[in-house]
Amino acid sequence: MAGRRAEALVLEALTLILLCQLVGEVCVLFTGLPVPGPVLGMLLLLGWLFHRRDLPELVARTADTLLSHLSLLFVPAGVGVLVHWERMRGQWAAIAAALVLGTLITLAVTALTMTAVTRLTGRGGSNHG
Amino acid sequence: MADDPLTTLWVYLAASPLLWLSLTLVCYLIALRIYRLGGESPWLNPVAIAVALLIGLLLLTDTPYQTYFDGAQFVHFLLGPATVSLAIPLYRERHRLQRLALPIVAALLAAVLTAASSAIGLGALLGASTETLISLAPKSVTAPVAMGISEKLGGLPSLTAVLVVSTGIVGAVLGTGLFRLLGIRDDAIKGFALGATSHGIGTARAFQVSPVMGAFAGLAMALSALVTALLLPPLLARFMASGG
Repeated sequence: MAGRRAEALVLEALTLILLCQLVGEVCVLFTGLPVPGPVLGMLLLLGWLFHRRDLPELVARTADTLLSHLSLLFVPAGVGVLVHWERMRGQWAAIAAALVLGTLITLAVTALTMTAVTRLTGRGGSNHG
Repeated sequence: MADDPLTTLWVYLAASPLLWLSLTLVCYLIALRIYRLGGESPWLNPVAIAVALLIGLLLLTDTPYQTYFDGAQFVHFLLGPATVSLAIPLYRERHRLQRLALPIVAALLAAVLTAASSAIGLGALLGASTETLISLAPKSVTAPVAMGISEKLGGLPSLTAVLVVSTGIVGAVLGTGLFRLLGIRDDAIKGFALGATSHGIGTARAFQVSPVMGAFAGLAMALSALVTALLLPPLLARFMASGG
């Protein structure tokens, strides 16, 4: 193992991630499951990690690299606002309300629910051992 | 054929995916620079700035979105592998996940149901079309998952993608202020709410505040993608069948 170059291992980690997605997509295609392929792929990878009981360093590093630039990945979809400009202008009040109020309501309900249930079950948040 | 060299260069570049792929990265890096120069204020959201810069460029050069996307799709494609990669933060937080199982399940269900029903409710109240409503419903989950749901139910996946990005930006910009207002101090809870509501863009924002907040945001984003993908299609199908 020591003789293998780190680059080859990064490539293996990337292949593993892509294969998980591929298997996920193929499963969805053939079974008609209501879950998108990448989510099934995520479950596969998670199952694989639990089966191994260990997180290989390079898989972790590859995944962290992808996730550390997560906001960049949303840029091309965001530019798509150009295509939908007319529709969005026609229904701007409804869309703006759903976007701004809906998001604020969801943030508040989620945070307050979690606070309440954490208190009810008597467990601290982030720093209990 | 006396085209000047600039036109020749433009014709060549415009036909290759390289130009808009590079410009997507350049605009994002400029946006990050602006964000950092502005003291990392949530109002200077890098995604919003990058999108605005690119739209400006497209309008200036009269380039259609499809041409842009031919290049940018290589970046867009990575959303799939990034979704798979969420298994890693989930696995890392497995102990905390077990310990906080009950609050997490409760918050998760609250988030998924509130996100979809508030979007549909407010949209319907203000007269959005059925197509727009379906496209709005999955806006709190990460783009590939939301687009998949929207497509299955008869929405417009590309509109959903825009709404997903907008929801991410709104949450990232307003989230921390709202938590201060509500008196919520636990980073785990703030992160979870941000990730469940504003997926990857919220998660990126959470990581800027603290690692714990980021981990919980990533966790929430993964779980809500999963639960929304399972729950929303049958619920919405029933809702639409009942004439809603």
